[in-house]
Amino acid sequence: MILPALFFYLFAAACVASAVMVIVSRNPVHSVLFLILAFVNAAGLFILMGAEFLGMMLIVVYVGAVAVLFLFVIMMLDVDFVELREGFIQYLPIGIVIGGIFMFELLLVVGAWVINPQVTKTITAAIPTNVSNTEALGLVLYTKYIHYFQLAGMVLLVAMIGAIVLTLRHKANVKRQNINVQNARTPEMAMAMRKVASGQGLQDADAAEWVK
Amino acid sequence: MTIGLGHYLAVAAILFTLGILGIFLNRKNIIVILMSIELILLSVNINLVAFSTFLGDIVGQVFALLVLTVAAAEAAIGLAVLVVYFRNRGSIAVEDVNLMKG
Repeated sequence: MILPALFFYLFAAACVASAVMVIVSRNPVHSVLFLILAFVNAAGLFILMGAEFLGMMLIVVYVGAVAVLFLFVIMMLDVDFVELREGFIQYLPIGIVIGGIFMFELLLVVGAWVINPQVTKTITAAIPTNVSNTEALGLVLYTKYIHYFQLAGMVLLVAMIGAIVLTLRHKANVKRQNINVQNARTPEMAMAMRKVASGQGLQDADAAEWVK
Repeated sequence: MTIGLGHYLAVAAILFTLGILGIFLNRKNIIVILMSIELILLSVNINLVAFSTFLGDIVGQVFALLVLTVAAAEAAIGLAVLVVYFRNRGSIAVEDVNLMKG
């Protein structure tokens, strides 16, 4: 019985500590790495609670995709992050006041509430005891909540298309290969035979046509 | 020494507060603000999963999955907007975003 409690305190302490480091670290790359640590520890908390699938999902989605995206953007942008740190001390008092008020209110809520006994009678989909967490989640996600699931897919699709459309750009002065134009070229279009009279050279009008 | 619902809610509350604090402390750096938003969404997820498992209702986990999806989409779009903004203005400082001030 002591081991789950020990692991809870380990994961919770590491999660909170790395969250603190995310917001106070000087270098945003360190912030991202601490964000990864925070998410890994939160995944540990999820697994302790018995939500293994979401714990693994957190690692795959956040550590594998979102954090790497953050890292790419930070390394792609040539930003002077020291300049962006200015005002950190200046905002510290107001931040601590507001954070303290928030913390106080949240702890009041957490400390002084009880679950209504009626709640357990109105459970929508009880967790089955004989199947694993992943299977239990799939059993409701693909049947009862299939519309929400597909809507989530649409959200991801719109986000993907939006991100591509936003960041795609064509520079005007870059020559690009146009395969259709290349395939449509014939020898008649590409070459012109000229008889150049001796001593006269090519006339300007001919030259213009030839260059085309 | 048993770990109950309240312990997980306390962790989530602390993470939420840290996210809010991060937005206030790093007012100029929009990348850290986005990371703070991720922390806030993580704390919401911890709350959802804690209530789901302690009340024995799996719908909370379905909802946490949807929150995860929206958080990933939000991060992708936010960073794309950030990249486009940096290309146009050469800066990502929050106080430089003042073109619509008139």
